[in-house]
Amino acid sequence: MGFSGWRVLKEGLTGNRGWGAHWRDAAPKDAYDVVIIGGGGHGLATAYYLAKNHGITNVAVLEKGYLGGGNVGRNTTIVRANYFLPGNSEFYSHSLKLWEGMEADLNYNVMHSQRGQISLFHSDGQRDAAVRRGNAIINQGDDAELLGRADLKRMLPYLDFDSARFPIHGGILQRRAGTARHDAVAWGYARGASDRGVDLIQNCEVTGIDIEGGAVKGVQTTRGAIRAKKVAIIVAGRSGQVAAMAGMRLPIESHVLQAFVTEGLKPCIDHVVSFGMGHFYISQSDKGGLVFGGDLDFYASYAARGNLPMMEHVMEAGMTLMPMIGKARVLRSWGGIMDMTPDGSPIIDKTDTDGLYIDCGWCYGGFKAVPGSGWSMAHLVATDTHHEPAARFRLDRFRTGRGLMDEEGTGSQHNLH
Amino acid sequence: MRISCPICGERDRREFYYVGDAVALNRPAADAGPEAWDDYLHNRDNLAGETRDLWYHESGCAAWVVVTRNTVTHEVYHTELASDVREAQP
Repeated sequence: MGFSGWRVLKEGLTGNRGWGAHWRDAAPKDAYDVVIIGGGGHGLATAYYLAKNHGITNVAVLEKGYLGGGNVGRNTTIVRANYFLPGNSEFYSHSLKLWEGMEADLNYNVMHSQRGQISLFHSDGQRDAAVRRGNAIINQGDDAELLGRADLKRMLPYLDFDSARFPIHGGILQRRAGTARHDAVAWGYARGASDRGVDLIQNCEVTGIDIEGGAVKGVQTTRGAIRAKKVAIIVAGRSGQVAAMAGMRLPIESHVLQAFVTEGLKPCIDHVVSFGMGHFYISQSDKGGLVFGGDLDFYASYAARGNLPMMEHVMEAGMTLMPMIGKARVLRSWGGIMDMTPDGSPIIDKTDTDGLYIDCGWCYGGFKAVPGSGWSMAHLVATDTHHEPAARFRLDRFRTGRGLMDEEGTGSQHNLH
Repeated sequence: MRISCPICGERDRREFYYVGDAVALNRPAADAGPEAWDDYLHNRDNLAGETRDLWYHESGCAAWVVVTRNTVTHEVYHTELASDVREAQP
C-alpha cells in the first residue's frame, strides 16, 4: 500500500475505506537467519536496514507487547545532531542525515519538522562553551549558529530574559534540529521491514537465549522455541534482564525519566528550547500541546512513572524560563525506562557469545538515534564489522577505560548521568 | 517516595542523595585485579523488582542508608544503616 497526495484525496472522497493494515501480523516460524529481540524504534529500524541495505530478509522481530509500545511511543520527539565528542558527533550527524531522507525512503509521513533547536546560555563562560560546542558541530559538517540576546528577544519573546539567577545572554541554534511524530517512525520502519519480508511478531516475550559451545543457537519465547543464526538484543530499559538470559551483566542501570504534556494551545513556541541550567526543554506539538521534560529522577526504577519532587522541579524550571506557561494545564505525564550507561553514551557491539549482538545504553537520547542505530546495528549484524560512525560505541570501553564518551564531563559513574 | 532514615525516621526522598547499587558495600581489595574492579564499578544486576541500593541522607543526619525497595512499584520495604550492614558482613 503506497501513500501519496492523490491517494489521501481519493480515500477522503470515498469514506477512507481503502486503507489496509500497514504490516503483516506474522506468526513465528521455527528458524530465522536473524532474530531481533525488541520491536521498538531501534529494533524495527535494524530489521528495515538489514533487509534494505544487506538483503537479509529471513528476519523476525520479537516484541513482548505491541510494536512501538515502549520508549519510541513515549518520548519528547526531539531530533538533533549537536554532540561534542568524537564518537557521538559523527554518529548523530549520520543519524540526522537519515532523518532528512526518512519520509521519502519509507514513503511514510513521520511529520519530521526541522523547526530548529535553541540551547540557552546565561554567562560569559557558558557563551565560550557554546561557541566551542558550535565549532565542533560545524567541524562535523552540521549546522550551528550563535544567537545574541537581541536575536533571542525577536525569536523567543516569551522568555524571562532578566531572571536574577539565570539571565539569558544568548543561545546556540541548530536549524536542522526539530521534532518528529514518534509513533509514525516506528510504524514507518515496521511497514518497510514487513514489506521486505521481515516477520514482526507481537505478544511474543523472549524467556531464554539458547547458547551452545559459546555460540547462540536461538531463543525460547512464550510462543515457542525459535532457532536463529544470529540474535540481536535491542530492548532499551530491559537490557539488563534480557542480557542476563545470556549470562551477561551489563554496565547499565535503568532509571526513570519523566515528561509532560499540556492541553492544546494556539501556536506559541515555534522551536525546541533547551534550558540546560534548569534541566528543562520544551516544544509544542502539532496538536498544540506543550511537550516538556527535565532530568532523571535519579534512582533505579522500572515503574514507568516518576515521583513528585522531579515533577515539581520541572514545573519550577518551566516557570523560571517562560512564566507564560503557568496558565497552561498539564494534561498528562509519564515516565520512560532509560538504559543508563556510566558515561552516558550508547553501546552497539558484539558480545562474548558468537552471533549475539547488543544495542543498548541510549540513556535519555534514543529517539533521535533511531535511524542511525538501526543502520549501524544492521551493518554490525550483517557484516560482523563495526559501522564507522558507530565504531566507538564499544561494550568494553568501561573495562579498558579507552574511549569513554562522557559528553557532560561529570565522570564515568552510574549515579552521575 | 519516602525513605525511612534509621536515625531520623521517615523523610521526604528529596533529603537523600542516591548513590547507587549497594554493591558499594562490597568494594574489592586493592589487588583484586581489573575484572573484579570493572565488575564493581560498572556492571549491575539492574533488577526489576526487589533491590538494595545506597542512599546518603544529605539534608539530614548524613548517614549512609541501605534501602531495600522495589524498582517496579517504588515501595520501600526496609532501611538499615550502611555501617551496620557492613559490620555484619564476614
